Amino acid sequence: MSVSKEDVKHIAKLSKLNLTQEELEKYTNELSSIVDFANELSNINVEGIKPTAHILDIKNVFRKDEVQPSYDREEILKNAPSKDAGCVSVPKVVE
Amino acid sequence: MSLYDLTLSEVAGKIRNKEVTIKEVLDDIYSRIEDVEPKVDAYITLTKDLAYKRAEELQEKLNNGEDIGVLGGVPIAIKDNICTNGVKTTCASKMLENFTPIYDATVVKKLEEAGAIIVGKTNMDEFAMGSSTETSYFKKTKNPWNLNRVPGGSSGGSAAAVSSDMAFAALGSDTGGSIRQPASYCSVVGLKPTYGLISRFGLIAFASSLDQIGPFTKTVEDAAVMLNVISGHDKLDTTSADIEKVDYTKSLVNDVKGKVIGIPTDFITEGISEDVKQAYDNAIDTLKEAGAKIEEIKLEYAKYSLATYYIIATAEASSNLGRYDGIRYGYRAKDFNDLDELYVKSRTEGFGDEVKRRIMLGTYVLSSGYYDAYYKRAQQVRTLIVENFKKAFEKCDVIMIPTAPNTSFKFGAHNASPLEMYLEDIYTVPVNIAGLPGISVPGGFGKNGMPIGIQFIAKAFDEQNLLQVAYTFEKNTSYIDKKPAIEEGK
Amino acid sequence: MKEYEVIIGLEVHAELSTKTKIYCNCTTSFGADPNTHCCPICTGMPGTLPVLNEKVVEYAVKAGLATNCEISRFSKQDRKNYFYPDLPKAYQISQYDLPLCIGGHIDINVDGNKKSIGITRIHIEEDAGKLIHDAYTGDTLVDMNRCAVPLIEIVSEPDIRSAEEAVAYMQTLKSILEYLEVCDCKMQEGSLRCDVNLSVRPVGQKEFGTRTETKNLNSFKAIHNCIEFEIQRQIEVLENGGKIYQETRRFDDAKGIGYAMRTKEDAQDYRYFPEPDLAPIVLSDEYIENIKNSLPEMPHIKKERYIKEFGLPEYDAEILTSSKYTAAFFEKTNDICNNPKAVANWIMGDFARMLNESEIEINESKVKEDNLACLITLIDKGTISSKIAKQIFEEMFKTGENAKDIVEKKGLVQISDEGAIKAIVEKVVEANPQSVADYKAGKDKAIGFMVGQVMKETKGKANPQIVNKLLLEIINK
Repeated sequence: MSVSKEDVKHIAKLSKLNLTQEELEKYTNELSSIVDFANELSNINVEGIKPTAHILDIKNVFRKDEVQPSYDREEILKNAPSKDAGCVSVPKVVE
Repeated sequence: MSLYDLTLSEVAGKIRNKEVTIKEVLDDIYSRIEDVEPKVDAYITLTKDLAYKRAEELQEKLNNGEDIGVLGGVPIAIKDNICTNGVKTTCASKMLENFTPIYDATVVKKLEEAGAIIVGKTNMDEFAMGSSTETSYFKKTKNPWNLNRVPGGSSGGSAAAVSSDMAFAALGSDTGGSIRQPASYCSVVGLKPTYGLISRFGLIAFASSLDQIGPFTKTVEDAAVMLNVISGHDKLDTTSADIEKVDYTKSLVNDVKGKVIGIPTDFITEGISEDVKQAYDNAIDTLKEAGAKIEEIKLEYAKYSLATYYIIATAEASSNLGRYDGIRYGYRAKDFNDLDELYVKSRTEGFGDEVKRRIMLGTYVLSSGYYDAYYKRAQQVRTLIVENFKKAFEKCDVIMIPTAPNTSFKFGAHNASPLEMYLEDIYTVPVNIAGLPGISVPGGFGKNGMPIGIQFIAKAFDEQNLLQVAYTFEKNTSYIDKKPAIEEGK
Repeated sequence: MKEYEVIIGLEVHAELSTKTKIYCNCTTSFGADPNTHCCPICTGMPGTLPVLNEKVVEYAVKAGLATNCEISRFSKQDRKNYFYPDLPKAYQISQYDLPLCIGGHIDINVDGNKKSIGITRIHIEEDAGKLIHDAYTGDTLVDMNRCAVPLIEIVSEPDIRSAEEAVAYMQTLKSILEYLEVCDCKMQEGSLRCDVNLSVRPVGQKEFGTRTETKNLNSFKAIHNCIEFEIQRQIEVLENGGKIYQETRRFDDAKGIGYAMRTKEDAQDYRYFPEPDLAPIVLSDEYIENIKNSLPEMPHIKKERYIKEFGLPEYDAEILTSSKYTAAFFEKTNDICNNPKAVANWIMGDFARMLNESEIEINESKVKEDNLACLITLIDKGTISSKIAKQIFEEMFKTGENAKDIVEKKGLVQISDEGAIKAIVEKVVEANPQSVADYKAGKDKAIGFMVGQVMKETKGKANPQIVNKLLLEIINK
């Protein structure tokens, strides 16, 4: 297995996903087979090859610093599952 | 007289010439939807009330002698990952089941400015992740050519809607083949424009460096008309190309004499079905007869596109889908004891299997210690693939390959192995990796009666050559004349 | 107990004073109702895309040039992925391996000792929203007005060795950013704040100790106290045979104690990758040169000029130029009354004391430049005595009223009429024969007493020089 159960547990945690034991097994197998497949890239010599982050040759795409009206608060919060006092509300954040 | 089986250009002409009213067209489309939709399930949301209201406004304008735009009064469907102000946009996910955008995507604005009427939002694979539209949380869209088979994906709803005459055109999005492959499976024209030609503002992101919006149409001509409307620079999208506007309908010329068509013989090898191979060979003959020059080319790195794609696309997706956390919008779990549980439960309950699989894969390839081995390497291979195409285009104007190695498959056929399903994208993915324009045009039928698509690929921003070759191919074949039975089959 | 050396590095976050946010056109102005300065872009709604504000690049480059950094000709933005309710997209757009500015330094001055503090890098990024604790429901409320306000993060080298150096570094940075007008530096509003990375090691030990990071300090006092606290804490732990853990901490300035945050660091893996929605920033020599030429006169240059042009002592010049606002106040006042030393004395003396007491900045005071200049002119012309001037200034500071008006209203014009003063002097001499005798016996102090008596009689309005002169004349007659 190229991806271990521990790996899957770790990435599930990073992704804020919870897996049942069964799912853990399933995803470990599936991710392993996909990662194995992706490992074919390790056969390619990429020394000195520049990574492509942007397919277009773009640079310096800027916006002018000009204020435009913001949205109404009702609109901004329209889709919020829980709100209070003009804010989105969440369970107490503990630091 | 039925109007729904006209092409977009035809119906727009009839409306403009006042041969029909917009309401008549709309009535016809909605009655067609009433007949067919129960069998096909192409739509998630129908926007009937809004559509009729708009039809009235447009008709009044038209009657007053005003210009209502090239798409004036034409009913069009929108994939449900493109934001529509005030109309639910779900990405076919439980996560966004009740999400109503507060703004319009740039393409939606452009369509409406051109007079189009939105009839509904189409079904898709959840967050555009899939090749069959089976991963939709809401419903399974059926292939109009055989209701036991998938329409392809991820824009399966859009493809099926146009194929079964429930819209004159539809917008889809294409990250690894999500327009071209369903177009191929449903025998319609599906265009994935050059990355940067169409604004992505308002397209709910799957993989930002690969996503591109494009049209499904009944003909290549209609694709050119749609492209004229939706293309163009957008200040709201940094990656939108600031280039001069082109009239793509000028490329609708039935002539390929002197054009060089590239055939990547080293790429079209394994996994291709006999039917598709046969259709492909026929396509080569068609273009040859029409006067094109056929040139063998090499795309030695194209076979690595799929691995490259699954690394880059999932990495970007894992980040793009972080925002669905149950806080500002979208699904929030009912029971939770603290913030972390709110996050975990909302995401675990709100996302389907395939989405989770890709989020986790993307998280894995970006995680500490793996970045260089996967993400960075994939971006380097991406450079090699781009170079590969550049070199190929030194020898040809347009590359032709099949759109998919097989015809549409039965529901559940690939449930056991996600990887197998991924392999269906082998011919479409390289185009996204290289940011090129690609179009799938009806190219025949398999022995099972299912459609086969032929794909043309051009240089970046050379949609003109692409459309001209596709148009010539279409004019020299008759596959688009055949209509689906909308019945169950084998 | 062993001797310990303290190693400190600061990560300073400065909100840039652009009109709009970093990736959308919402205003950055402070203090509005929650979630009223928001749009789909800065609240991370599905489908939205960022477009970089050109001023953000310009301001960051200014900060880089003013802190002697190398400006990157090619830089890019990256995504830093983590979940937190104040981060709508679940990633912060920041810069990872190719920041805008690298490798600078600034000079600080602690008790007359100069020291250079290295600057590792300056990068641009977006700020997060604000979390408000709702005491009534116990929930946390999210205000997204601050989401995507542009920030620069200025990362220092671990060159700082004490709380005093840290505060001096922060003060110097603040002064530079104010001069550049790229940040309003209102620390109480959080527009300038810092994280303290701190470790200790026994003197002579080569390797660094394990460091802790205390987040979000937004006053000089808090920085100072936090560092003192953390030094003591770490030394105590080590002296007791304990171990320092690499952790993120908070400092409660009111209680004067620091504590470790509960969020576990083990899961922290930010999965940085290049932001696909934004283009690289490629700066030409010409662009950088233009910005260089547009930089205002920086404090150390201004200081030299004050010494040369105004003949001020180095000490005065240093203090006057330490803040942009003080320097501007000084120059504007002096332009009107043309008495640099007097202006400097006022600004550094009573005025500074009162500002300090009322905890405001010079530019927030009711005393304006023309009014101070007027006061100084009144003294210079002999219209009022310096003693009276102090009274008048107190009034000016309280009410903002014009110096001349106060003088007229209260009848505080100095008496310089020798005849009038002479009569009073004679009266005082007559009434105090003992003092006259003492003076004649060589007790010089006695004269001071008599001057005081004259002033008392005239309610401080008599010209002291004339009083002195006349007193001596009369006694010595």
